Amino acid sequence: MRFGFSFMLGATLTGLVILGGLLAPWLAHFDPVLDADLMNAELPPDWTYWFGTDAQGRDVYSRILYGAQISLTVGIVSQLINTAIGVTLGMSGAYWGGWWDDLVNGLTNVMLAIPSLIFALAVMAVLGPGLISLLIALGLTNWSWTCRIARSSTLSLKSLGYVQAAQTLGYGDTRIMFTQILPNIMGPVLVMATLGMGSAVLSEAALSFLGLGIQPPFPSWGSMLTDARQLIQLAPWTAIFPGLAIFLAVLGFNLLGDGLRDILDPHMRARKS
Amino acid sequence: MLRFVVRRILQIIPTIAVVALLIFVIFSVVPGTFASSLFSDGKRAADPQLMARLNEQFGLDKPVHERFAAYISDLARLDLGTSFRTRRPVLELINDRMWASLQLAIAAMVFAIVIAVPLGFLAALRPGSVLDSLTMVGAVSGLSLPQFWLGLLLMYVFALKLNLLPSFGYGDGSLRHLILPAVTLGVTPLALLARTTRAGVLDVLNADFVRTAHSKGLSEAQVIRRHVARNALVLIITTVGLLFGSLIGQAVVIEKLFAWPGIGSLLVDSVSMRDIPVVQGTILVIVLWFLVINTAVDVVYAFIDPRIKQG
Repeated sequence: MRFGFSFMLGATLTGLVILGGLLAPWLAHFDPVLDADLMNAELPPDWTYWFGTDAQGRDVYSRILYGAQISLTVGIVSQLINTAIGVTLGMSGAYWGGWWDDLVNGLTNVMLAIPSLIFALAVMAVLGPGLISLLIALGLTNWSWTCRIARSSTLSLKSLGYVQAAQTLGYGDTRIMFTQILPNIMGPVLVMATLGMGSAVLSEAALSFLGLGIQPPFPSWGSMLTDARQLIQLAPWTAIFPGLAIFLAVLGFNLLGDGLRDILDPHMRARKS
Repeated sequence: MLRFVVRRILQIIPTIAVVALLIFVIFSVVPGTFASSLFSDGKRAADPQLMARLNEQFGLDKPVHERFAAYISDLARLDLGTSFRTRRPVLELINDRMWASLQLAIAAMVFAIVIAVPLGFLAALRPGSVLDSLTMVGAVSGLSLPQFWLGLLLMYVFALKLNLLPSFGYGDGSLRHLILPAVTLGVTPLALLARTTRAGVLDVLNADFVRTAHSKGLSEAQVIRRHVARNALVLIITTVGLLFGSLIGQAVVIEKLFAWPGIGSLLVDSVSMRDIPVVQGTILVIVLWFLVINTAVDVVYAFIDPRIKQG
């Protein structure tokens, strides 16, 4: 298997973000929340404060490291929920067909019609701000593409010999779906989940920026940008670095997803060579 | 053809009905009401009598099924309800802001098309060239960029440092106010459109009829203009339509950042105020917008390519 450039770059960027988040307690110079000191407010980047300080004198570099934990949690957990919902609905719809398939299809079409950020906004309005609400909101609103892909892949597998052999052997429906079909549709599902992580990180940042996500003083990249909006003239570094972190993390997930698709999809490879 | 058009238009109705139901269900489980959000700041307890009176006034004391029946019958008469906060009809509030949103979406789309289509075209004609690689890198970067961050940076450079453009607001509705928000909003569609254009043109270039055109002695320019451009255009038009449909939903954050008076910022403000009728109404309008544009795209597509109808 040959790994392309975008896969390698994506894996590197994603790896850096994961390491940054995991090692935040050791890499950070200061506490992201407690080490506020108004005497140090709005200092430009220097050797102590690598990325400068914010309006409350907190170290932007340390806050970005801890912010990675929030972004990664939101990205990974929300995609686990999305994938579980999408795969379960898509696979069972295609496998069983009939009214259940119609229902799944209808629901998917409705979900596709509601922009996911708007839907997440509505769910956040109901649940109130916070990490758990974010996970629920982003986990419930972005499964429709995964569902479509799981459904169409299952449809094409359903009639294949080995699935019919499993039926002849008397395997139960659930067993066939999880042991015979699921492993064979995981490729495209994995690609969708990776790309979805990027968009979940973006949505988290957007919702936190709007004041509906992670609440201050916790260091979400999006809410750091909300504060930066007031400060941009005096302390542009408070805007530049958190945004750069979001950009690189999302770029990492997107490149990784594209790279995975190139590796997993033989048609793409044939066309390139 | 007419039957196809009518069928596609009728298909909007069940979808929008389910969306309306979904929105109602979500908001009927809201813990706390508008009245409680008005008075509870977490510190002082609200006066229960006042709360009860407000709830009664807004009809929030009635059981869920009665509220649902009222909601549906209002919707059927195209009445989106009355804002809790301003006491004005929701439709009127949306109507006041629709034009600003449309302006922003159209300007963003024009910006995206003018850059993305030529770029994607040129990239596809020279696959593997420097321009092609740059376009592809630019496209994936554009898709990963948090738009509001880009907006913030543009605001810093062009409004605060260079003093060329106003930093926020609608102003007198002049083009100067529109530029920064439109460019910010246009970046994601630009990236997607450049990618799609490139892929579409590449597909057409590899098609048999292009090879035939070459072999019958047409010049490169003739082949590109008569055969490649025309066929790639179908995909480009479809993509533009779909992107345009989703643009109003994406504009929410940008409108808020630039204090642009569109329905996106109306939605965000109403969410934080718990002004539920306005939230429900704006979401419905955004979804309807998306569905109408999608249907229009399908119909246009069927006109251009009659094979679709049978599908």
